[in-house]
Amino acid sequence: MAKRIPLAPGLFTWPAAEPALLGGRCGSCGHVAFPYREHCLACGKAEVAQVELPRRGRLWTFTTQRFRPPSPPYAGADTPETFVPFSVGYVELPGACRVEARLTEPDPDKLAIGQEMELTILPFGSTPEGDETVVFAFQPV
Amino acid sequence: MVDVAIVGVGLHPFGRYEGKSALEMGADAVRDALADAGAQWRDVGCAYAGSMEVTNPEAVVGLLGLTGIPARAVLNGCATGNTSLTMAAKAVESGEHDLAIAIGLDKHPRGAFAADPSVSGLPGWYGDAGLFLTTHFFGMKATRYLHDHGLTTATLAKVAAKNFRNGAANPKAWRRKAISEEEILNSPVLNHPLTQYMYCAPNEGAAAVLLCRADQAHKYTDKPVYLRGSQLRSRRLGAFELLSPSLPLETAPSPTVDASRAAYEQAGIGPEDVDIAQLQDTDAGSEVIHMAENGFCKDGEQESLLAQGQTEIGGKLPINTDGGLIANGEPVGASGLRQVYEIVTQLRGRAGDRQVPGGPKVGYTHLYGAPGTAAVAILST
Repeated sequence: MAKRIPLAPGLFTWPAAEPALLGGRCGSCGHVAFPYREHCLACGKAEVAQVELPRRGRLWTFTTQRFRPPSPPYAGADTPETFVPFSVGYVELPGACRVEARLTEPDPDKLAIGQEMELTILPFGSTPEGDETVVFAFQPV
Repeated sequence: MVDVAIVGVGLHPFGRYEGKSALEMGADAVRDALADAGAQWRDVGCAYAGSMEVTNPEAVVGLLGLTGIPARAVLNGCATGNTSLTMAAKAVESGEHDLAIAIGLDKHPRGAFAADPSVSGLPGWYGDAGLFLTTHFFGMKATRYLHDHGLTTATLAKVAAKNFRNGAANPKAWRRKAISEEEILNSPVLNHPLTQYMYCAPNEGAAAVLLCRADQAHKYTDKPVYLRGSQLRSRRLGAFELLSPSLPLETAPSPTVDASRAAYEQAGIGPEDVDIAQLQDTDAGSEVIHMAENGFCKDGEQESLLAQGQTEIGGKLPINTDGGLIANGEPVGASGLRQVYEIVTQLRGRAGDRQVPGGPKVGYTHLYGAPGTAAVAILST
């Protein structure tokens, strides 16, 4: 049976009842970033610990994606005919950072800066081995 | 250190040229710049050539004459034209060469730029997920800016309409048809709040700028234009920039603000002294935001400035008088040198139907692009 696996390892806790993004918090200067990286972008030290980021935050800005992105690199299982428009935005996660992500709501009139958003995991594509991939996104609460 | 003068400018108009290579367009632009100065290729001491699509743009010397000069390739994304200009200027300034040339040439496939995220130091999943699109950034920056400063999409349409109108008056522009604000607002939304006609498009073309020791400029022209300042900056941590999977909560100004301040300081010229500006208008929102980031107004003042027509030819500060990127398209390697071409043409009073009245003396050029790089050059008579 096909497995459901994250688009890339280390992006979020999986499988999990309430998945969370995996970022990095620098043990030296406290800088938080997503995704995790070994060296801190603020101070350069290799003292970054992997941390689960808050699952909820507020929409900081957004835009829309009306057509299927150029492929490659886009690797969704959809086709230009079956592509479903989506939005993209930054969600401000309290005490952490602003994360860029796909937003489930495609209609900009139904999105507003400052509204509360929650992490969700969506079906995305497949691997050459036949496993299904899932991607992170935020949905209005 | 010697002062640097621009003594010749050349342009291969931007557009689509099936069957003509980027190098051939680059060679035409160089010949145009040499003819403008009455100079010979054999007099040129060194060359810097910029391109995104051509790996060895300095191979343009093979079409111009094999004189053995140092010829080097440069690439800084959308800011490439400023890098070739600055490097050529430094070669003159240091006394190494009397005459140096900056060349830009490119030939992009149709449609939005598509590449592998690794070229920008980003993980592969970022591209897989459909996030590796520079256009998202422009939409998101405009959304936030309009929200923060109370601007409307009608103002974005005004900017695009102005640039199409200026393009219509420029015989070398790519888009030569005026488009109404209504038509711009009603064109398909590409990335909210930006519509199709608010965006520039990649295309093809070339430009060249010939630089000379200021004390020898009279050999080539009776109207030299002096390079007073030229600065490039990359993004600082906290700046809201292209292609960022995350941003820290603490913000920093954009690299445009940093490059602009440095260029003003180097030139000893302030924004109030500038008579004409070319600002990176990847999209109409970018031009609006860049007006403030380059010090020409406060955040939010754009709406009333545009309503008063202050950035039109004939206004207090004409912006993108040749139609900018919106009417000329963007061959990345050449775009910044097109801006210099336009400023020099205007400062010499040779811009014909789109000439800025009153004898402009100080010109300003600004570039911005991936992965968060901005560059500014300030020129004066």
